[in-house]
Amino acid sequence: MITIDDIFETNQMITENKLDVRTITMGISLRDCANPNIDKFCQNIYDKITKSAEDLVKTGEAIEAEYGIPIIHKRISVTPIAIAADACKTDSYVPIAETLDKAGKEVGVNFIGGFSALVEKGMTHGDETLIRSIPQAMAATDIVCSSVNVGSTKAGINMDCVRQMGEVVKRTAELTRDQEAIGCAKIVTFCNAPGDNPFMAGAFHGVAEGDRVINVGVSGPGVVKHALEGLKGADFTEVAETIKRTAFKITRVGQLVAREASKRLGVPFGIIDLSLAPTPAVGDSVARILEEMGLEACGVPGTTAALAMLNDAVKKGGLMASSHVGGLSGAFIPVSEDEGMINAVNQGSLCIEKLEAMTCVCSVGLDMIAIDGDTTAATIAGIMADEAAIGMINNKTTAVRVIPVPGKHVGDSVQFGGLLGYCPIVPVHNQYSSEAFIARGGRIPAPVRSLTN
Amino acid sequence: MKVVVTTVGKDRVGIIAKESQILAENGVNILNINQNITGGFFNMVMIAELPDNGGITLADLQAKLKELGKEMGLEIKAQHQDIFNIMHDV
Repeated sequence: MITIDDIFETNQMITENKLDVRTITMGISLRDCANPNIDKFCQNIYDKITKSAEDLVKTGEAIEAEYGIPIIHKRISVTPIAIAADACKTDSYVPIAETLDKAGKEVGVNFIGGFSALVEKGMTHGDETLIRSIPQAMAATDIVCSSVNVGSTKAGINMDCVRQMGEVVKRTAELTRDQEAIGCAKIVTFCNAPGDNPFMAGAFHGVAEGDRVINVGVSGPGVVKHALEGLKGADFTEVAETIKRTAFKITRVGQLVAREASKRLGVPFGIIDLSLAPTPAVGDSVARILEEMGLEACGVPGTTAALAMLNDAVKKGGLMASSHVGGLSGAFIPVSEDEGMINAVNQGSLCIEKLEAMTCVCSVGLDMIAIDGDTTAATIAGIMADEAAIGMINNKTTAVRVIPVPGKHVGDSVQFGGLLGYCPIVPVHNQYSSEAFIARGGRIPAPVRSLTN
Repeated sequence: MKVVVTTVGKDRVGIIAKESQILAENGVNILNINQNITGGFFNMVMIAELPDNGGITLADLQAKLKELGKEMGLEIKAQHQDIFNIMHDV
């Protein structure tokens, strides 16, 4: 039996603490669309996406209204295009990205992810074509997201591809320089990428998935912070318990939305992604949760420990609330999308090296960080290699989404708008070069899984 | 379908009367009412049941209550009760 207090608590979470469901993401397999003729392939994927997802937005809005819970985004993820389009006789996949853009806009989704390649071990012709096409594809489209998996714990790191991704990011920044290099905000370089992640820019429909699937990403940093506000001076056992209880409630809402969406769309339910996803709005920040635990500013010593505990407690609480948990599932620490992170960078308490340390204990990686436009491709590739190494050794997903904004330097800031937020240029210590290291190429071998010190 | 109707706003005469009139006219049965005034502000939570077959839809009820809320300076929300059940029950 529900009580009045329960009703007030739920509605306070929604109205005051910005509880929302971040995304309902429909995964769609494009493996049955293969055709050597790229025009026919594009027609096949357009038809499949628009037919499969024709009711996605409408259904999401109906659920939103019925339960009174905001569902911020409706998205689509597709089979990595490098796989789906491998049979196409072509040297450019840009027309495919344009088709994805058109199909996504036709059904009204916010993003469509899957302009992707999984190349941790090696590259096919399709993989090479896709990676070469990324800069132009990002410049020519609005809602298409791209990701490339360059490493895994089982296969090691493909350093040839890491080098290329450094160049891809630089080139994309150049091609979208009149929009603050926004193209780079739609590219993620992964290690251990999951195939059921509903969050962008890294969502794609994994090769082990069925024909269609519904994955849901929850949010709710504001709710966790609010719960901790009543615990001044309490010990960490109590803090962890409170986070678990809060994460349970947040995830239950995600589970309800996922179940309803799955039932109404006639598409199997995949997973709930437990991630705490911040937004640039005040009161929706992961950094502010860490500060609520007693850190004067995000980034000071103790930040990694606080984040580790937060991440773990969110998982423990969330796991109990859903029948299937997957995706990235952890706290996100994107800089430009988190008001507290932006503030911490501005006041000098948070630097990129500390962010790198934080990525060892949370989901996902160096995310939405604007850097000096003069940063070289080799330095960016070096950042990617470091992040991939953390993921590979720790058997977790890591990723890099940095934006080298042409013409911007430390002291400047950039405005991306919407959920992507704004960001001061974060200093990167690049007075010394990573060039010769990145130029070696080849593969960093897969790591040993015992002797774990 | 059971729904939770929450009403918040400045107190005035006739809030419950007008709101319950809309519910009655549309065959919505009130199961529980909890109401109080805090600092001049009216707070009410109703649990109500929509008719099973062919009656008013939740979307239509929401629209009617929204209109009343606008007219009387209140915020009136109607939500499917499952969101509260699922969040607070293990």
